[in-house]
Amino acid sequence: MTTADDWSRGQDGFVDVRPRPGEPEFYDSAPKPSDSFLELRDLRVHFPTDDGIVKSADGLSFTLERGRTLGIVGESGSGKSVTSLAIMGLHKNTRAKITGEIWLDGEELVAAGIDQVRALRGKKMAMIFQDPLSAMHPYYTVGAQIIEAYRIHNKVSKAVARKHAIEMLDRVGIPQPASRVDDYPHQFSGGMRQRAMIAMALSCDPELLIADEPTTALDVTVQAQILDLIRDLQQEFNSAVIIITHDLGVVAELADNIMVMYAGRTAEYGPTDDIFRRPQHPYTWGLLGSMPRLDRERADRLLPILGTPPSLINVPSGCAFHPRCGYASLTGGRSTDEVPVLRSVDGEHSVACHLTAEQRLKAWETDIKPKL
Amino acid sequence: MITFIVRRLFGAVLMLLVVSMVTFAVFFLVPRIAGQTTDQLATQYVGRNPNPTEVHAMEVKLGLDQPIYVQYGRFLKNIVAGEDFDTGTGIVHCPPPCFGYSFKNQQEVWPQMLSALPVTGSLALGAAVIWLISGVGIGVLSALRRGTVFDRAAMSVALAGVSLPIFFTALLSLAIFRDSIPLFPDAGNYISITVDPGKWAEALVLPWVTLAFLYAALYARLTRAGMLETMNEDFIRTARAKGLSERKVVVKHGLRATLTPIITIFGLDLGLLVGGAVLTESAFSLPGLGRFAVNAINNQDLPEILGVTMLAGFFVVAANLIVDVLYAVVDPRVRF
Amino acid sequence: MKRKNAVAFAAVCAGLSLLTACGSGSSGSSGGSSSSGGAPSYNAGNNSVVNPSTKAGGTLNYGLSGVPDSTDPGSTYYAYMWNFSRLYARPLLTFKSAPGTDGLKLIPGLATGMGKVSSDGLTWTYTIQSGLKFEDGSAITTKDVKYAIERSTNYSPGILPNGPTYFQQYLTDPTYPGAFKDTTPDKLGLKGVDTPNDTTIVFHLQHPFADFDYLVTSPQTAPVPQAKDTGTKYQEHPISSGPYMFSSYDPNKGFTLVKNPNWTQASDPNDKQLVNTINVAFNVQAADLDSRLLNGSMDIDLDGTGVQTAARARILGNKTLQTKADDAVSGFLWYAALNTQVAPLNNVDCRKAIEYAVNKTTQQTAYGGPIAGGDIGTTVMPPTVVGYQKADQYSFIAQPNGDVAKAKSELQKCGQPNGFSVNISARGDRPKEVSAAQGIQEALAGIGVKAQIQQYPSGSNFSTYAGVPNFVHQHDLGIIMGGWAADWPDGFGFLSQISDGRAIKAAGNSNLQEENNPQLNQLLDKATQSPDASARNKIYAQIDQILMSDAVILPEVYAKSLLYRNPNTTNVFVTEAYGMYDYTQIGKSQ
Repeated sequence: MTTADDWSRGQDGFVDVRPRPGEPEFYDSAPKPSDSFLELRDLRVHFPTDDGIVKSADGLSFTLERGRTLGIVGESGSGKSVTSLAIMGLHKNTRAKITGEIWLDGEELVAAGIDQVRALRGKKMAMIFQDPLSAMHPYYTVGAQIIEAYRIHNKVSKAVARKHAIEMLDRVGIPQPASRVDDYPHQFSGGMRQRAMIAMALSCDPELLIADEPTTALDVTVQAQILDLIRDLQQEFNSAVIIITHDLGVVAELADNIMVMYAGRTAEYGPTDDIFRRPQHPYTWGLLGSMPRLDRERADRLLPILGTPPSLINVPSGCAFHPRCGYASLTGGRSTDEVPVLRSVDGEHSVACHLTAEQRLKAWETDIKPKL
Repeated sequence: MITFIVRRLFGAVLMLLVVSMVTFAVFFLVPRIAGQTTDQLATQYVGRNPNPTEVHAMEVKLGLDQPIYVQYGRFLKNIVAGEDFDTGTGIVHCPPPCFGYSFKNQQEVWPQMLSALPVTGSLALGAAVIWLISGVGIGVLSALRRGTVFDRAAMSVALAGVSLPIFFTALLSLAIFRDSIPLFPDAGNYISITVDPGKWAEALVLPWVTLAFLYAALYARLTRAGMLETMNEDFIRTARAKGLSERKVVVKHGLRATLTPIITIFGLDLGLLVGGAVLTESAFSLPGLGRFAVNAINNQDLPEILGVTMLAGFFVVAANLIVDVLYAVVDPRVRF
Repeated sequence: MKRKNAVAFAAVCAGLSLLTACGSGSSGSSGGSSSSGGAPSYNAGNNSVVNPSTKAGGTLNYGLSGVPDSTDPGSTYYAYMWNFSRLYARPLLTFKSAPGTDGLKLIPGLATGMGKVSSDGLTWTYTIQSGLKFEDGSAITTKDVKYAIERSTNYSPGILPNGPTYFQQYLTDPTYPGAFKDTTPDKLGLKGVDTPNDTTIVFHLQHPFADFDYLVTSPQTAPVPQAKDTGTKYQEHPISSGPYMFSSYDPNKGFTLVKNPNWTQASDPNDKQLVNTINVAFNVQAADLDSRLLNGSMDIDLDGTGVQTAARARILGNKTLQTKADDAVSGFLWYAALNTQVAPLNNVDCRKAIEYAVNKTTQQTAYGGPIAGGDIGTTVMPPTVVGYQKADQYSFIAQPNGDVAKAKSELQKCGQPNGFSVNISARGDRPKEVSAAQGIQEALAGIGVKAQIQQYPSGSNFSTYAGVPNFVHQHDLGIIMGGWAADWPDGFGFLSQISDGRAIKAAGNSNLQEENNPQLNQLLDKATQSPDASARNKIYAQIDQILMSDAVILPEVYAKSLLYRNPNTTNVFVTEAYGMYDYTQIGKSQ
């Protein structure tokens, strides 16, 4: 058995828990439970396909406490949704191969049986989806679907459940809930529909709420209302919230911490403020640069990130971002050979990048910041 | 909802009128355009070696000498109000709905069709139950076990069912299950259910299975495709995310959504079938509407052909109407 | 009878027969107790009674692949109906129920004896038995016979159109308007028939007609009670004078007969009343009917023209099944008429060329070969017709493949040494006929005659196409395929409609070759007037020879039918009068 002394310490003090060559791959007879409410440890979700293995999540780790909000940001195809589905246990009994650990309130979910996880779904953890029109069954009334969600985990009569459904609709701010409870999804406007879905997700008072692109399908004005609602409900229920989005503006509002994902891996992680004021990863710079802003001249062009998102089957070697990174050449070849490790730069704020702190600072000061 | 139904009803009646016009035109207008004289039309009703006076008398009797719109008007009036026919030996009163009088076998058309209807109805309904249950059931199972041996085997059998011509399956089943291994010695020998339910069922088992085999195959493939598509829908993911048991997800959310188009097609299929399962009835010699139609055509008995075409058209239009309304009942998005 | 088999059906059935032949053997019925005359064998029914038995009871199941033209005895023309209707409609005279040539003898039916003809040949008198009753117990009188004739096709063709019209042709008062338009108070206004009392009936003829006894075997002479005549609805329940009566009728499904309590064996020694119920099922698909015969669920094919291709193959390939089959002579002649009005066939030598050129074996094969098709025909009358005399003017038997040399020399004689063009007409829905037409086309090509086949539907073939002389001339239908059976089994019954020049009609013509030979016409008249049977028969033979030497008819086969009898049936034999099993005799052994 190895001791703490044998663990190598990364250059910036981050503890590297990966097994070194020659060492046994497990250290304890059982994984150590987590202290956090939600913790992911080295989560990998791989899908075997005819064309190869799709590595949607490839070594993700983060923690989340009750009452806090995590924003997961990345391009389409970066593996954000897959991660959230993995937490919900919706990959079980599919072809996906999941390794790593997911700890939710002391329970480990990856190794857990499907029935065990199913009992948690809707009750302990709930999810709201991007397009509420397609995410709700078109043939059943909104009320019926909320009632169904409630009655899975609560043995009550239909009448009691219906009352609860009306209460939930009221809570999410739908006017005339007693009559709207019998309406069908298509009879709601976009914003109201999303509220209804939130009502359905929260009907059992889940402690973890995952919102997968909750505002992408909505108008900008409605977006703000929905985000306000989520924040209010979080404060009321003290639930942990994960918001998944590609829109930095959304997470700026709500998230306490932000995780920037790229090609199934964490590129950068840290408190919202830090990410916005002192972004460390070139990819994050790109995201920030490509955001349209009202406080800039319209004539200024947006800074797109050149290139296209990588294929998750053939992830570029080394740092997955290196083909699109303007600074890859500065790493002296490490970008193409070595996978960068997530290292802390300042407390919770960590980044997975081969650039040195000086190189990053220089690039930030000279290239990026002036243009933002 | 009521306005929806009323609108559809109105449309159905209109459709029936159009069907009647087209049918009428085909049988009475087209031969005229093709050069047949009314004499030649009438000749088909008189016996062997007719002389011109007899032919002309028949022409008058059938009203073939009247202008076409008068004939059509008479035809419509008959259906609604009935008609009297002079058979030459007496007056036959044909109460509504009167689809005409066949001078070839000296029978009113409607009572003949009415007598054939229970046979076709028994055949169609029995087969429908079998194919719906087996077809949809196999389709669902195949979709859920996609790619497995079961799925491949089921779809291969379904392919066979769809490809084999029905009279082949019919004759084969008769040769094996009635003649070689007399499991159903009275197959095809129709007895009314009110007379002897046991024999009624025995007579119909082979026709049911033959007919159902074809349709079950279609429905299995349809259901499988529909299920595969539906199970990929977002609301299925939501249902699972709520913590619903997989069985409930499949049945209450998945199957319910898949079945809607299936039910629609089922209604139409049934409507068409009740209009006469011609091949099956002919192969098994069942005295239903299909066989009635075939005989009418072979005998070139115009009132009978007209009557059975109208009746079949009525069933299809009615089925269309029912299916439309049913769809609105099931899928609320259609209603509003 | 039309066959509704599509080619596909036939092909499938043929294929299936291979399948089932492997697993066959007599399924269902297993032989059963055979008659005292030893086990029945193949063709036993042709000249002996198979399974003779007096056992009563049981149900007889007939199947029909279509529907009858009518069950009304006054309005039917099919041989099987004339045979079958005797069970409920007894004519004045009928044929003896016996196998072989014995079955061509006339015997009394309702009548007490043969008709008595006056010296001038213009009056025929019959006496019927007294004490005869209808099914409802009312008495049968000669007035009912007269009424029956008045209401029949003879005088009411617009209402009851399907039967023959011989009475109208030969009796006086041919313009009688028919019973339904009769204005006399008792509706017995036909002057051609007198009923001086309840048991006597007198027929007045326009010209002498020696065959009159044959005419009254027609079901049109079966009595019909006027009070119960429902006109066009009568076919649903004809009031019975025979051993059985109607108990139910459905125009699409069939009918059922039960025993008639008011019939007595003593009044009717010829017929038998054995089974309790007779079922006739309509519209049984033809190949399926054969399957049911073979598996025992049906007893007899009512149509009596033989099994279809698939069953034929099964039966002939299986010795056990064959013992239950009879290859009966059906009395039909399949032939081709050579039309005298279509050039160059107006020249007798051109017609003779055709007689020599055609390959007779090919024609026989087209109709089914020697067993199922029949023997090669060399005369117009088949051997079963009374008056037949063996002859072979063009050496068909010696040269069954045709004589090309002689054909070519005939072509020279008629001035067409390089051949000519002509059209052949055939009924498109009769595959055998089309096949035969193709055989002729092929043979003619060998002598330089180009023939094109025109196909017409059988339902309207005679009313609209080949039976309309104008149409024939316009379309150059020099060769017309057809078939013919006698309306009654003597020479006149066979020859008159197809050879009398005066019988040529503008539509519905049966004299397809439009032969109008004055000598022949006179001979026909002479025959009808001659009271001596053997003299008549000599004349018929002579007419036959004239037809052949005029080369207006090309005989192909004397048709045969392969009939199948359910081994549980008793008293089964072929009656030569109708060319099928005698339906007045059959019972069931179990």
